[in-house]
Amino acid sequence: MGNSGEAQVVLRLNAITKTFGALTANDAVSLSLHKGEVIALLGENGAGKTTLMNILFGQYTADSGTVEVFGRELPPGNPRAALDAGVGMVHQHFTLADNMTVLENVILGTQSLWKPGLNRAVARDKINELAADFRLSVDPDARVGALTVGERQRVEILKALYRDARILILDEPTAVLTPQETDDLFETLRKAVALGLSVVFISHKLHEVMAISDRVLILRHGKMVAERNILDVDKHSLAALMVGAEVSAPKVEPGTPGSPLLSLRNVTTPDQGNAPGLKSLSLTLRAGTITGLAGVSGNGQAALADLIGGLTRPANGTLELDSADVGHWSPREAVHSGIARIPEDRHKTGTIADFNLTENAILETYHQPPMSRRGWMNWGEAQRATQHIIDTYDVRCPGPGTRIRLLSGGNMQKLILGRVLEAEPRIVLANQPVRGLDIGAVNYVHSELLSARKRGAAVLLISEDLDEIMALSDVIYVISEGRLSPGFARDSMTPAELGVWMAGHGFEAEQAHAS
Amino acid sequence: MRLEPIANPTLARTTLPPAIAIVATVFIASILAMVAGANPFAVLGLIIKGAAGSKFALLETLNRATPLIFTGLSVAVAFRAKLWNIGAEAQLYAGALITVVLGTGMLPWASPALLPVIALCAMLAGAVVLMAPALLKVRFGVDEVVTTLLFNFIFLLFISLLLEGPLKDPMGMGWPKSQRLIAEARLPRIIDGLRLHWGFALALIAAVAVWVIQQRTTLGYEMRAVGLNKEAADFAGIPVNRVLIKTALLSGGLAALAGFSEVAGLKGNLTLDLSPGFGYTGIIVAMLALLNPLAVIASALFIAGIFVGADSMSRAIGVPTYLADIMLATALLLMVLAILLTRFRLVRE
Repeated sequence: MGNSGEAQVVLRLNAITKTFGALTANDAVSLSLHKGEVIALLGENGAGKTTLMNILFGQYTADSGTVEVFGRELPPGNPRAALDAGVGMVHQHFTLADNMTVLENVILGTQSLWKPGLNRAVARDKINELAADFRLSVDPDARVGALTVGERQRVEILKALYRDARILILDEPTAVLTPQETDDLFETLRKAVALGLSVVFISHKLHEVMAISDRVLILRHGKMVAERNILDVDKHSLAALMVGAEVSAPKVEPGTPGSPLLSLRNVTTPDQGNAPGLKSLSLTLRAGTITGLAGVSGNGQAALADLIGGLTRPANGTLELDSADVGHWSPREAVHSGIARIPEDRHKTGTIADFNLTENAILETYHQPPMSRRGWMNWGEAQRATQHIIDTYDVRCPGPGTRIRLLSGGNMQKLILGRVLEAEPRIVLANQPVRGLDIGAVNYVHSELLSARKRGAAVLLISEDLDEIMALSDVIYVISEGRLSPGFARDSMTPAELGVWMAGHGFEAEQAHAS
Repeated sequence: MRLEPIANPTLARTTLPPAIAIVATVFIASILAMVAGANPFAVLGLIIKGAAGSKFALLETLNRATPLIFTGLSVAVAFRAKLWNIGAEAQLYAGALITVVLGTGMLPWASPALLPVIALCAMLAGAVVLMAPALLKVRFGVDEVVTTLLFNFIFLLFISLLLEGPLKDPMGMGWPKSQRLIAEARLPRIIDGLRLHWGFALALIAAVAVWVIQQRTTLGYEMRAVGLNKEAADFAGIPVNRVLIKTALLSGGLAALAGFSEVAGLKGNLTLDLSPGFGYTGIIVAMLALLNPLAVIASALFIAGIFVGADSMSRAIGVPTYLADIMLATALLLMVLAILLTRFRLVRE
C-alpha cells in the first residue's frame, strides 16, 4: 500500500504475548491496520492466528501487550468493549440461533432490556439498507435454520455491520463456502473497504489471500515472521514463508483406471438430524483410481463414509464388493474386506487420546493373531508392529509407549495411516485426511494416497477443499443434499463449474435427463 | 480461573496431591475429635491401635476388608468401562442368597466341589442381577445409575420377604434370618486358630485376576477402550455393546462374591444386616484406588482399618463411630479433588 503512511491507523496490536502452559501461542506479535485496508493473517494451523484474534476481541487476556482501536486502548478481557469500539468478528463456527429469523438474530443483544417491544420496522429498514450497501442479499424474515451456510455467513456479517463495526475480523471465512459464495464474500469485502471499513482476513488458503488482501502478515509458531505487500509476493513465496522452508507438493501422474471394486447402487440412508442421508446414490470405486468427492460440508459426506466404513447400513439399495452384496457389514468386516478407513475426526473417532501409540495402532487388529491368541494379548508383537509403523511412516514421538494425546495432528494422522495402510488395503476411504495439518504433513498424506493408488488400490477422497480434490483425483464427483453429480474426468471442469454443482444446481436437470 | 490439562505430569504431580489428601483427612478428623471433647492424638492413636495394634485387631481388619475388596473390584471393573454400576449392594445380596439356598442342604455333598460350585452359582446370580440394567442401557439407553441404584432397594425388600417367608429359620425364635449353612458349605479358616477365612485369600486372587484380565487379555483391552472413548472403539470395530455386557457380568459376579464370602466365611447365615453398605463403600474403595485392581486391596484395607479402628476407639473413649464415616467421606471428596489436580493445573485467567 503506497498510501499506508497517510491512512489512519484504526487498529494496533502492540507486542501481544500469550502462553498456554508451556506453549507460547503468541510471542510479542505486533500489527497495525489502516482505514480501508484488507490485511491477511496467514499461517498454518496452530500458528496462533485465532488466539491473536481472540485476544483482540477480548475473549482471551494477553499476558502482555496492548490492543488499540482508533487510538484508544481496549481494556483486556472485555468483548463488550471491543464491540463498542467498532470491532466485529465473524467466527469460523457461526453463533446464530437457528430457530429465530434473520432479523431477530441480527438485533439480538442490541435492544435495551427495559424498552418494551422491539422496533422491528426501524431494524428492518437498517438491515435492508446495509444489505444493499454491502451486497449481502438475505431475506430478513427467513428462519436461520433454513438458510444455506453461505447465507448464514452473510447474517453474521450483517450482525457485525448492524452494530456499526468499522473493523471486520473474519476467521477462516471460506472454509465452508463454494467458490461462487467465496467470490460473493470477496465482493462484499471490497464494498466494505470502499466504504472505509477495514478487514482482517484469516486464512491458510494462499490464492484467496492473494485475491483479497492488500498486505499479508505471516505467523509461524506464534511469531510474526514476515510482513509483505501483496504485490511483492506470489503463492510459492508465501507458502515458503508460512512453512519456513521450500515445499513441494507430490507429483501426480495420470493413472489407468482398473476394474470396479466397490459399487453403490441407488443407496438411500436416513437423514441424521440436520445432516442429510444419501438419496438414491450410485457410485463405483475402481482399482488404481482416486475418486474425489467434493461438496460443502454436511451434505451427506458423513453418511457415505459411515456406509462404506461399515458403521451404517443402506435403508435401500445395495453395496457390493467384488459383485457380492455387503450391505450388512460391520466396521470389522469392512476392515477384513480390505478397506482402509481414515476417519474425518482423528481426535474423536480415529484415536483414543489416553491410549498409547501401541494401543492405538492395534485398534482394528487386536482381536486376531499375531496381536492376540485365544483372548490373550501379545503386547510384544503389538509393540514391534507399532515401532515398525513409527519407523516406516516417520511418526515423530518419544516411543510406542507415549500417550497419543501428546502427538501433533500430523503425527497422529501418520500413525492412523500406518495402522490402515500397513495391511495393503484394496480400498482406501480418506475422509478429510489433511484437515488441520501443516503443509509438510499434507504432502505426506497425499503422497501416501498416491502410492496406494499406484499399488492398485481404489481411493475415495472426501474433502471440502476443492484444490485438494482437483489436484489428486482421477475422477471427481460432487455431493449435495445427499445426491451425487455425474463423474467428471480430471481437468474437465473448472472450480467455478464444480462450484455450481456444490451449490446444489444441476441435479434436477440430471434427474430429468436420466428418467 | 480454569483448569488446564498437564501434558507430562511429574512424579511429584502424581503423588503429592493424594498424599496431601490423606494428611488433610486426618487433620479434619482431629478437629472433629477435639469438638467431641477428646485429645485428637489419643483418638488417632486408638484408631490405629484398634485397626492394627494387635493380632486380633489386624485379623479383624483383614476380615472387614474382604467384602470391600470384592465390591471395590466390582466397581473398579465397571467404572473402567464407564458402566456406572451403583448396584453392588444388590449383587452382593444376590450372591449371599444363592449361597444360603444352595448351602443349607439343597446340595448335601460332602465333596470339595461343593464350595466352588456355590461360589460359581453366586457369581452367576450377581451377574444376572446386573444384566437387566446393562441390557436396558445398551438396548434403550436407560441410565444405569438410576436403575442399578434403585434396584438395590427392591432387592433388599425381596430378601426381607424371603427371610420373613420361605427362607425363615423355623428354629430362629422368630427373627428374620435364614438357617445356618451346613459345615461342608463353610469357608474354612486359612490357619487353624486364627479368625481369618479363605474368603480373604480369594479376594486377593480375584484382585490379581482382574488385573491380569485388564492388562493381558483382549477383553481387558476392549473394556479400557470402550471406557476411554466409546466412539473411537465403535469406529475401530470393537463390539461396544457386547463388551459392556461382559463387563456387567464380571462386575456383578465380583460383587456377588462379597456376599458369598461373608455368608460362607463369616456369618454362616443370611440376615438383613449382612452388609452395612459394603456395596456403596465399594465405590469409595474403587475411587481411592483410582480404579486400579491391585490398589483396591490397599484401599480396602485402609477403609476397613478406619472402621475397625473407630469402633475400638469409640469403645475406649466414647467419641462416636460416626467419625469413621466422616473420615471416609472427607477422604473421598479430597481424593477426587486430588486426582483432578494430578491431571490438571489451575490457571488464573
